[in-house]
Amino acid sequence: MHELSITRNIVAIVAEAAKGRPVDRVTLEVGRLSGVMSTAIAFCFDVVAKGTALEAAQLQIKEIDGRARCHDCGDEFDTPDLYTSCPCGSHRFTRLRGEELKIKTMELREVA
Amino acid sequence: MCAVCGCSDGATATITDLRHDGHDHVHADGTRHSHDHDHGHGHDHHHDHDHGHGHGTGTLVALETKVLAKNDALAAQNRAWLAGREILALNLVSSPGAGKTSLLERTIRDLGGALDLLVIEGDQATSNDAQRIRAAGAPVVQVNTGTGCHLEAEMIARGLAVLKPAAGAVVLIENVGNLVCPALFDLGERAKVAILSVTEGEDKPLKYPHMFKAATIMLLNKIDLLPHLDFDVARAIANALQVNPDIIVFRVSARTGEGLDAWYGWLRREALRAPEDAFAAICSGPAGVTKQMEETVS
Repeated sequence: MHELSITRNIVAIVAEAAKGRPVDRVTLEVGRLSGVMSTAIAFCFDVVAKGTALEAAQLQIKEIDGRARCHDCGDEFDTPDLYTSCPCGSHRFTRLRGEELKIKTMELREVA
Repeated sequence: MCAVCGCSDGATATITDLRHDGHDHVHADGTRHSHDHDHGHGHDHHHDHDHGHGHGTGTLVALETKVLAKNDALAAQNRAWLAGREILALNLVSSPGAGKTSLLERTIRDLGGALDLLVIEGDQATSNDAQRIRAAGAPVVQVNTGTGCHLEAEMIARGLAVLKPAAGAVVLIENVGNLVCPALFDLGERAKVAILSVTEGEDKPLKYPHMFKAATIMLLNKIDLLPHLDFDVARAIANALQVNPDIIVFRVSARTGEGLDAWYGWLRREALRAPEDAFAAICSGPAGVTKQMEETVS
């Protein structure tokens, strides 16, 4: 369960960027082939965020489907898992999407 | 879930120096205490998970930050440090009990005269494996991750600082026995070496595809047991190739020594190529390792 470690990274990165201001929302992109479970990050988030600038933050996770371009036929195709080959039969391709593990945005509370 | 496995960050890892009798424990807060040993020894479909109870009316800030950026930066530092000293570092990964430590012991005994081998041992607890490695004749530091289920680049940096490998050495990193989490954490190694034993299922590469995709080579270990098992070697290799068409497979037995010459040959060749890493150190990612996937375009 590496998601606790990953969630700690997320909270640390955002808290540092927020420079002490309270954070109301954090948006992540998590690819379905990233090896990280969105549900597990959500599960850990409250515990990890407690006592930080993210304590009251809403976590939004956008899951990205896998997509690749084949080296042999040049077509793009969906990759629901890591071992799906191109419909043409080739196992050689470039992943276009689906391995993201990224903090996209944060929303800072207006301080009066 | 977290409470069961409960990965932690590197802050709780303990580094134990077993290069000589009597060793120091160095904790993350810098405290150190010593012991003496008596031995003998095209389209996004997505859904959002909303969590929490905030109301967004504030300032939106684009971060566009990779979550693992910190680990990756430390891994790049490790890679540059190793490259500058022409040191080959390999990251050995497998399930618990696949034979990583036995393979290392045998490798040290067979190649210790020809290569300057050093070991970083990763386990949640105990220095049992490090004791075995030291008995085999290699300098070793033990990293105990506590509740963590994988090694991270920061732990390797601390381990290397204690181990102090000489120029031209080979550092073998034995990761925590786990086919899931270690796949995600770059340590700064040249390559990941996955070990699959024939007492496991042929479908392991399909069940744990991230790890076999990330590995450069796979050692199919314990082949001396094949006469007693129904393990289908060809199917196991085909499964590994399905996940990673470039993976190199060697069939070995750490117990009998069968097939180890191929592994040793690969290891020697990689060690000879370590100077090339100095040129590649300015690029991120392991030098000279054939990747199935090119850089993700996001």
